[in-house]
Amino acid sequence: MGRGNNVKTNTIVRHTLTHLFIIVLGLTMVYPILWMIVSSFKPNTMIFSDPGLIPKAVTLENYVSGWKGYAGVTFGKFFANSLFMCAVAIVGNLISCTMAAYAFARLKFAGRNLWFAVMMITLMLPGHVTIVPRYILFNTFGWVGTFLPILVPKFFATDAFFVFLLVQFIRSLPKELDEAATIDGCSPVGVFLQIILPNAVPALVTTALFTFLWTWDDFFNHLLYLTKPPIFSVSRALRTFVGDAGAVSNWGGALAMSTLAMIPSFILFFSLQKYFVQGITTTGIKG
Amino acid sequence: MRKTSGIVKFLRKNAAGYMFLMPWLLGFFVLMIYPMIYSLWLGFTNYNFTKPGATQFIGFGNYLRMFGPLFGQSEFTTATGEVMRADPYYLKSLSVTFTYVFASVPLKLIFALAVAMLMNQKLRGVGFYRAVYYIPTLLGGSVAIAVLWRKLFEKDGLVNMFLGALGFTNLPGWITNPRYALWTLVLLTVWQFGSSMIIFLAGLKQIPQEYYEAAAVDGANKVRQFFSITIPLLSPVILFNLVMQMIGAFQAFTQAYIIGGGRGGVLNSTLFYSLHLYIQGWTYRELGYASAMAWVLLLIIGALTALVFRSSNLWVSYGTGE
Repeated sequence: MGRGNNVKTNTIVRHTLTHLFIIVLGLTMVYPILWMIVSSFKPNTMIFSDPGLIPKAVTLENYVSGWKGYAGVTFGKFFANSLFMCAVAIVGNLISCTMAAYAFARLKFAGRNLWFAVMMITLMLPGHVTIVPRYILFNTFGWVGTFLPILVPKFFATDAFFVFLLVQFIRSLPKELDEAATIDGCSPVGVFLQIILPNAVPALVTTALFTFLWTWDDFFNHLLYLTKPPIFSVSRALRTFVGDAGAVSNWGGALAMSTLAMIPSFILFFSLQKYFVQGITTTGIKG
Repeated sequence: MRKTSGIVKFLRKNAAGYMFLMPWLLGFFVLMIYPMIYSLWLGFTNYNFTKPGATQFIGFGNYLRMFGPLFGQSEFTTATGEVMRADPYYLKSLSVTFTYVFASVPLKLIFALAVAMLMNQKLRGVGFYRAVYYIPTLLGGSVAIAVLWRKLFEKDGLVNMFLGALGFTNLPGWITNPRYALWTLVLLTVWQFGSSMIIFLAGLKQIPQEYYEAAAVDGANKVRQFFSITIPLLSPVILFNLVMQMIGAFQAFTQAYIIGGGRGGVLNSTLFYSLHLYIQGWTYRELGYASAMAWVLLLIIGALTALVFRSSNLWVSYGTGE
């Protein structure tokens, strides 16, 4: 009896210590982000002198000055551009990646295993070897300075991660479903639209989610192709706060707009958490 | 009659597969295979974006530009008789990148595993903790965080404010000091251990609790259990994380670009490979040279990945028993 109580107390102490440790470590980790959010509401002169989280004075001046944007284009336009690109990228990825995944997971055709192996290799292939020729190609199309180089590839299932994720998911669906539908006279297209897609909604959500985040946070492609302020994305526009030598002219505005830039990711993450975990564990998504 | 319908059926079956695969196939050939072949060729030319008409085949000229200094050559003559200067910063960018990869990836994985083990207990609120620990990963690759990082590690930044409050004096500007600049980027990467943590956590959940109980009965302590049960059973997951993180780290770009303001930082101390490639290709418009650089990166990543997989039969166990 006494011993049992002892063990119990021990467990409670151990758990409390673990909780405490996790909380302290967690707070340390997110402190910079919290500080950034708080500092974006501090007067510009106080950002440099105050490491604390409780502002001595609250102001919106950083948001006003940051929102003005760059070269006469406001952050309203940059946000609209980013949202537009994300929306189109999601549509493109959903269509093209589900089609490819359905073919790999369910349809029988000559060369399927070969193509699947090829797809898996492209999953690991660093993108650098294709960057230059793609740039030259898109330039001959007159696409540099438009959204097209970023959006068009999404309609050709170039994000192999999602194809793989969807293949894994579709394979896990019971085969009897489509077999029954096929016997009932359903064509492959019918099976795809009526059986596979409705049952693959969780994987579709994961695909849409990560497409949003990667398009939103992408910088390299935006730097290459979004060459004019009216078509800047948010991440491309944030770069304009940082001068060529790395100096930042308007720290308050930079922190304020950076805070705003993180909001969509935050909202999606906290509302769709389980899809995150699913996406990460099935494909080991980079990050 | 019957035979024909069989063939038709066969064709139809294949047709459906290829119809659904068509977007991917097109993308693969037009946006992957063709660019790869094209860039392989460009790597042997002096293609300059501003004067593509003057493109000449220069053999291994671009590769000599990269590795010439290794053999003490700062100038050389190409196949076309043109005298070219070696790239004085290429080897620097290579060493910066290797340092970054070999420091950040192991640290990140160790940290991720430690936290995953901490969370792999019957604790209340693990879901919430996991979410909080994932936040840096969620946002870490963005320009916003890179801008913040600059602010944190400047001479009068947040980090020095704290260190100053703790009594440290003579603190450097971490970003502007070539000795420390790269390490702020390593820290930024390690900070984003969330994905690896979640993968480790899923792996840890697969290990039957009975193994630990049996080991405890046999008198194995926690350290012994960790090395005899956790590590071997988790080794496939470790391999996976190692490969993916390594491939990703070699391609890091955004943070170095923002923190260096589009350059390689003080004394090129943060001149990542991708950043150097970008500067050569898009600042100087030397797309031929940039293509050659891309191919070397591909070979480096390919060789290291192969090496890791090769070594995996020494330390990765796929069996359940022995």
